[in-house]
Amino acid sequence: MTVLAAYPERRRTWWQKIWDARAAYLFILPAYIPFIVFVLYPLIDGLRLSFYEAGVNKAKWRFIGFDNFVRLFTRDDVFIIALKNTFLFVLIVVPVVVVISIFLAVIVFPLPRAAQSFVRMSFYMPVVSGGVVLAMVWIWIFNRDFGLLNYLLEIAGFYKLLGIPKIGWLAQTETALLSLAMVVISWSIGQPLILFLAALGNISEELYDAAKIDGASGWQIFWKITLPLLRPTTLFVLVTTTINVFQVFVVVLLMTLGGPANATQTIVYRIYENAFVFYKYGYGAAMGVVLLLIVGSIAYFQFKLLGQEVEY
Amino acid sequence: MADFTVSQAEAERLQLQKAIWSARLTRLLWWLAVLAVFVGSLLSLMPIYWMITGSFKIQHDAIAYPPELFPTHPTLQNWEKLLVGMPTLRWLLNSFIAASGVALLGVITSTLAGYAFGKKRFPGQNLLFWLLLLTMMLPKQISLIPLFIMMRDLKWFDTYFALIIPYAAYPFGIFLVKQFMQGIPNDLLDAAKIDGASEFGVFWHVVLPLTKPAVGALAIFAFMFGWNDYIWQLVVTNKQTMLTLPVGVSKLVAGWATIDIGVGMAGATLAFIPMLVIFLLFQDYFVKGITVGAVKG
Repeated sequence: MTVLAAYPERRRTWWQKIWDARAAYLFILPAYIPFIVFVLYPLIDGLRLSFYEAGVNKAKWRFIGFDNFVRLFTRDDVFIIALKNTFLFVLIVVPVVVVISIFLAVIVFPLPRAAQSFVRMSFYMPVVSGGVVLAMVWIWIFNRDFGLLNYLLEIAGFYKLLGIPKIGWLAQTETALLSLAMVVISWSIGQPLILFLAALGNISEELYDAAKIDGASGWQIFWKITLPLLRPTTLFVLVTTTINVFQVFVVVLLMTLGGPANATQTIVYRIYENAFVFYKYGYGAAMGVVLLLIVGSIAYFQFKLLGQEVEY
Repeated sequence: MADFTVSQAEAERLQLQKAIWSARLTRLLWWLAVLAVFVGSLLSLMPIYWMITGSFKIQHDAIAYPPELFPTHPTLQNWEKLLVGMPTLRWLLNSFIAASGVALLGVITSTLAGYAFGKKRFPGQNLLFWLLLLTMMLPKQISLIPLFIMMRDLKWFDTYFALIIPYAAYPFGIFLVKQFMQGIPNDLLDAAKIDGASEFGVFWHVVLPLTKPAVGALAIFAFMFGWNDYIWQLVVTNKQTMLTLPVGVSKLVAGWATIDIGVGMAGATLAFIPMLVIFLLFQDYFVKGITVGAVKG
């Protein structure tokens, strides 16, 4: 560093600066070459593809401008349904995940270490097991005739109380999306919980002590101290959960195939089906672009809205 | 005067009583909340319990109502069907190769790049780093299709290349390592340089040993990612012998009506066990990886 500083700054051209930093570029190269080839290039190619009518045969690919997008929004009823379902899904899952994980963290944090790690482990277990494994189990649990859920509800008096016949959770249009939401919620809590627990650990004891001396109640401490200090973590959880939930797919593919009567169609499932079942690559890519725009702008607004006071 | 003190004492007593009652209520609510948390924990573990016990149930018991909370006729026949009748062990091997490959490549490229981003200054650094972050955050379905076509053109379908190579760059890993390496004091690096260490020598002998926890976390996350990356594995494999375990066992579900539930549960359990073992062995790394990755995120 001292050697470099001996040169007058203005005499070192741009190229010289790059040459001086050649070691750094060599260090990032092994990651950046595959990044460009397998991440960046496909991303740009995907954008390009969305303006094409593109099937299996590359020779027949044809530039069609915005036709794919026009068709998506004017003539593809299933896609519109998928769009609505996906938003509904996010609106159900994300708030529930954020509220439950904050609740869990706040309650568990003062408990002994063993209790804390038991709860953390319990909620992280579904993350570890992965979507495929859970989807397979939940299909069975949701079964109308011999599923565990209906059994538990029956002995809890749920059906007697409401006076309705047993529900086929995945087979009925009213409950299918909600059931998938439940499964996704079950594996979305583990990570936020760990983050909130870590964030609570970073809040200094002195703040709480001072508040107690001033005679603040538990509720006041929660609303006035804990929650505001959890804000950066909440923002992070909100954005990452929203992005993840918008991409809901595995549960749809394995549990409902978009049915019954399109009740569980989602954007990514439409992409999958169009691209990999119908081989409409261009059309699928156009859906991918729509998803990208939606997720990108929502993440952006979440940052804008909640990120203002994130500096603590 | 006397009246005044009496009524004041009375008021204070009432107030105290009220405070005691509200404290009791708060306490009760708190204990109810604790109870709810533990019931929630058990519910969260319930599907896993159901899956494991289900893998030991004969079909007759699996579809019995009321369900058997514990298998009354435990059997190994599901496991036998799964392991003997199908290429399941091959799927297991494939998953191991894919996940280990992703983890190994991810560790190599991410530690190198993370070091440069965390400890060096170079033109274009911010742009290059933000590009990584952006693609990490954004949904990748849009690149899925061109990547799929690329694999087809390369004739990489049904090969380990397709399962591993596209993940050679692991942006989350780079981010994780960068965050961690930033905490290493520059003095250490400078001292090594003065002692005549080469650029790579500084990285290898000084920085890397200090980064072990982050590398551990990174390896585990990359492995988990490689193990559970379902949609990609589903589209680039088709040959029975090249399926990964999650893809293979999920295809048992496709014919749900005709297949034994127990076999499906045994398959799901088998796909779960390796991740469970890794999780139990390296729990602290999981916590570290998640929190380091999010700090200042």
